[in-house]
Amino acid sequence: MADRQSVSIAIMGSGGAGALTAGNFLLEAASAAGWQGLLSRTVGPQIRGGEAAALLRLGTQPVECLSEKFDLVVGIDWLNAHRFGAEIQAGPQTLVISDPRGGELPPAIASAGARIFEVPFKNMAKAIPNGRANMIALGIAGRLLGLALDLLSKVIEKRLSDKGEDAIAASRAGISAGFDAAAGLDFGLRFAPPKAQSGRRWLVSGNEAAALGAVRGGIRFAAAYPITPATEILEWLAPNLAKMGGTLLQAEDELAAINMIIGASFGGTPALTATSGPGLSLMIEALGLATAAEMPIVVIDVMRSGPSTGIPTKSEQADLNIAVYGFHGDAPHLVVAPQSIGDCLFTTQWATYLAEALQTPAIVLSDQFIGQARAAIERPADVAFIGQRLKATDIAGAYKRYAAAVNGISPMAIPGTRGGQYTADGLTHTERGTPTSGEADHAAQLDKRRDKLERFNFGDHWATCEGTGDLAVITWGSLTGAAREGIEHAARDGVEASLLAPRLLSPVQPERFARALEGRKRALIVEQSHGAQFYRYLRAHYDLPDEVRVLNRPGPLPIRSSEVHRAITEWRS
Amino acid sequence: MNGAVGVPKITSLADLFAVAYRIEADAVERYELLADQMETHNNPELVAVFRDLCRAEKIHRDEIQRLAGDIDVVTHARQLPCWGRGDSPEEVDLGAAHYMMTPWHALQMALEGEKRALDFFTSVMETTEDSQVKRLAEEFAEEEAEHVNLVHRLLRRYPQPAASWSSDPDPPIAQE
Amino acid sequence: MSGLDTRLACKPADYKSDIKPIWCPGCGDYHVLMSFTRAFAELGLPPEQIVVVSGIGCSSRIPAYTNCYGFHGVHGRSLALAAGLKVTRPELTVVVASGDGDGYSIGGNHFLHACRRNIDMTYVVMDNRVYGMTKGQPSPTTEPDFDTALSPGGTGLRPFHPLVIALASGANFIARCFSGEPNATASVLVEAIRHPGFSFVEILSPCVTFRPDESEWKHLVHPAPVAATSDPGKAARRIMTDDGFNIGVLYRGDRKPYAPQVGRPSVELSELEKDFEL
Repeated sequence: MADRQSVSIAIMGSGGAGALTAGNFLLEAASAAGWQGLLSRTVGPQIRGGEAAALLRLGTQPVECLSEKFDLVVGIDWLNAHRFGAEIQAGPQTLVISDPRGGELPPAIASAGARIFEVPFKNMAKAIPNGRANMIALGIAGRLLGLALDLLSKVIEKRLSDKGEDAIAASRAGISAGFDAAAGLDFGLRFAPPKAQSGRRWLVSGNEAAALGAVRGGIRFAAAYPITPATEILEWLAPNLAKMGGTLLQAEDELAAINMIIGASFGGTPALTATSGPGLSLMIEALGLATAAEMPIVVIDVMRSGPSTGIPTKSEQADLNIAVYGFHGDAPHLVVAPQSIGDCLFTTQWATYLAEALQTPAIVLSDQFIGQARAAIERPADVAFIGQRLKATDIAGAYKRYAAAVNGISPMAIPGTRGGQYTADGLTHTERGTPTSGEADHAAQLDKRRDKLERFNFGDHWATCEGTGDLAVITWGSLTGAAREGIEHAARDGVEASLLAPRLLSPVQPERFARALEGRKRALIVEQSHGAQFYRYLRAHYDLPDEVRVLNRPGPLPIRSSEVHRAITEWRS
Repeated sequence: MNGAVGVPKITSLADLFAVAYRIEADAVERYELLADQMETHNNPELVAVFRDLCRAEKIHRDEIQRLAGDIDVVTHARQLPCWGRGDSPEEVDLGAAHYMMTPWHALQMALEGEKRALDFFTSVMETTEDSQVKRLAEEFAEEEAEHVNLVHRLLRRYPQPAASWSSDPDPPIAQE
Repeated sequence: MSGLDTRLACKPADYKSDIKPIWCPGCGDYHVLMSFTRAFAELGLPPEQIVVVSGIGCSSRIPAYTNCYGFHGVHGRSLALAAGLKVTRPELTVVVASGDGDGYSIGGNHFLHACRRNIDMTYVVMDNRVYGMTKGQPSPTTEPDFDTALSPGGTGLRPFHPLVIALASGANFIARCFSGEPNATASVLVEAIRHPGFSFVEILSPCVTFRPDESEWKHLVHPAPVAATSDPGKAARRIMTDDGFNIGVLYRGDRKPYAPQVGRPSVELSELEKDFEL
């Protein structure tokens, strides 16, 4: 059932129809009108011309997850749309705009009992010189949302400025035609259009937000090897690092990328790379090197469906194990996970700060969903976390790089500093850094690297803890929004539940966790992993209440807030 | 090394002093290095031999510096073009070392070095047109000839080692 | 390793650390270490301005034996470490040390791209035609009939020709040296370090323990019959047809090194978010 505080729209088409572009423009126009929103997409396997659907949800409050049911489905055509299956559901209240010559409605929509309104996209587009069907779709959707025509026009002018006046004119004509076609159409929904928002609004993807967070945190070097769905992070960094006096180097493979950032870090420059599961697997050896040699680095893993090559364009939360446990030997390090698109900025910035402070690698577990979705959000607040490692300067006497000084953290000499010469090593080493096989040195360094993490005060950012009730919904990453919404809806049904979503996955925080769960008698674990990796991680490191249920499944279909809602309400104590 | 190509040209007394200094200084460096190697590799007898040889070369080196008087042999030696292609005459071949080497081997290395130095100074003496250089080269050659004799005498103390001198029952260890 | 040495270090001894090498006596790498310290002294660089980066293997132990900064990384990845370091700290002198296994086998791909990228650094590979540290397996430069436990009777594979590959991939300076001539090697290293761009120096460095036959090398090496060329075509022909024992600088290129501008921002940090503002 449609939530009156939000409206969900799907625009789909294939073969160059431009459905995704229409979705992007709609989000932008809606944001300008004051809506907050989230735009994701689902696509077929073709590189071009494949079936594609823009999935949009707009609301007056922050939107952090999509609904499974759509209020409006605009089908520019229905070719291969059955492949989207359960990802795009309609119901009796759904309004479906369909081209009679656009192919057969997919079964999920045809059988939903939705209202079908026919619009001959193809013919209308033909009637406009250089006309495109997706602009007609945009006009229809815009009209139904109550957006002003000139608002839509402004977006066109901005985004198509490099395509020339003819293209702009044709697009405007298309939008107008769509606008007219939707005149008098009753959406059937009563929703309150947003008030004009003050304050700065952003239109940003998780990947872009993460990249900006990195730069704000002090990253000035990145090594890049492209991989879906992380490449956009690197592509945003390429020009923007240069503007900040930094640089990005394209690597020949992930093995080079991870080692390049370690080299840069050794030289004193905070450094980052971004990858996905397969790339992270390649980087594991060098991540261990960075841990052993105590080099701060940040690696963003935009998780995709696995294992192995998996489903590169879909999201999952199954890299938790490799991120936390994947290094050979005992190699504690940092693992953090952003919880929303906006949080990608904070968490990556925080990760940079933590990595530098603790002189260790930080893995940021983002995922394809928040990485590639775009959101219209309030501008995130500035935060003061800037990477600042403890440096050794004015060195007198023999320098011991790895002699634990402040809570296990030892000052690092940067090349160029006289008297600070040392050789960083992955070999087990003495305080000076000299290779050793002695048990006392080995134990001392293992203790140091563990202690520096355990003694650090991570503060309240370690997790999101909200709400009351004897049931704790425990989740992480991009599912936080869906869990939160599920809890809200359950509360309206009179069932209370609290939310606990760790942002810091490693090192574990047993005391804080225990406090967060005080008084909770039941726990519902929610995660996007076939093997319930998060559940097993919680079991391994934390005390859970006596009654535990796990709501888990792999990708490609994200767990929806309605599923969490149902799991909460159906589990009465 | 086939042929002593690129030996520095001796055109003055300063050159000769500098080269002679360099030869001895190199030998000091190498014997010290070899002594350290023998220490790390648990061959104490050879530690003593190489430290002795090092001490002897230090005396020769310092003597040359004293003889040179006002000439700054250290700086001049550094400015001389490198040996270039060839080995320095008295250069001890580090490649001939072995962790189980015996004093006989060390002295053979020393002997090689002293002989080459002798040949070098002899050739300078025979080819130079400068009378002062010639006289000094002759002095140095005589000195080297004495060193050769000394090494021969030392060698008489040590028999040629048995064929199995380098046989170690333990295999090498893979450290990484 | 004195922290209070305020003199500009220019004696080779100033570039040696107090750590005693674990190399077998007789190892060519002792001579290479000598060449390094002599070259650094000749260049007159303060030791703290030099970084020696290495991978894994006997040759890769060299950083800790110098008094410079060092990074003893993982197997085969020294060139990547060095690339990240050099582009962010262009004022440092970066020397990368490797062996034939670390550099040409697992490090092969990075070798190609380092030559191509032409970042200003010097890559020194101590080639002893065997995996010494792991006890004697064949390496990419091992002769095809060299019998080992891992490949009984020999690999039967044609050895790698790293100088040709370096040339084809874009290295800007190519030389071959012999460890037994440390002064000559030192002067080549000086030239290689001074030469802009990616300088590749292969040093034939005998392994006394697993390749005792390499004691013959001192009789086989000879000066390269012609002077170095800057013509890649000529260099290719010469290098492809040499006997593997030509000693000297073989190629000097004039490619511009890859050196991105780093240091000062050209905009305020707050400018970057304009990408996202509605």
